[in-house]
Amino acid sequence: ATALPFGMPAFASEEDTQKHIMEFTGGKTPEAGKITLDAPEIAENGNTVPIGVTVDSPMTADSYVESVILLADGNPSPGVATFNFTPMSGTAAATTRMRLAKTQNVVAVAKMNDGSVFMDQKQIKVTIGGCGG
Amino acid sequence: MSTPKPRVKLPKSAAKDEIITIKTLISHDMESGQRKDKDGNAIPRKILNTFTCEFNGQAVFSCNMEPAISANPYFEFNARVPESGTFKFSWVDDDGTVITHEQDIEVK
Repeated sequence: ATALPFGMPAFASEEDTQKHIMEFTGGKTPEAGKITLDAPEIAENGNTVPIGVTVDSPMTADSYVESVILLADGNPSPGVATFNFTPMSGTAAATTRMRLAKTQNVVAVAKMNDGSVFMDQKQIKVTIGGCGG
Repeated sequence: MSTPKPRVKLPKSAAKDEIITIKTLISHDMESGQRKDKDGNAIPRKILNTFTCEFNGQAVFSCNMEPAISANPYFEFNARVPESGTFKFSWVDDDGTVITHEQDIEVK
């Protein structure tokens, strides 16, 4: 890690985010497709940025999405949330609101019940950061 | 802060195996642990860290939250409704408090 001047909050990095992805997937590199990340291109207020994911899956007992992890590589820590689905979810889709400290990439990775993993990412420009202080 | 009162929006009735949309909102500061008070001391983290939704005792959806989730956490998700029953929602605070809410749905 690089040394940071005093008083500056430490931010996560792409490397950090990669580490989180690998932990989540068990070392597998996620493929593109199946998962769609829905977020604004520009967030005026970093305190509350809407974010949604949809995964293409029949959501039956044989084939469903187990979980989706959301990561942000420019926050103090990359973790945002983990959604856990079941066949009772009906569809693998969820929306929440998150904090973004600055303009950064948001990544969503889906893990299917057969162990396959898929990823989508998007850059979100933030006008006012959401970490207070 | 008094116990936050959750707000949950879901239909009163549904067709058998219909997929419905559920929206939940709960008041909570979600103190991230990154902020400092006016004397420069770090304000300790205190967030809701887990949200779960069950239907008749079966898991439907859950979420593990990090401090990057906004204050007053909001969730929108879906659920399949196989029969009449009760949705149970719970939120777990870092301090161990569990806030729960139940709502019935009728299958016509």
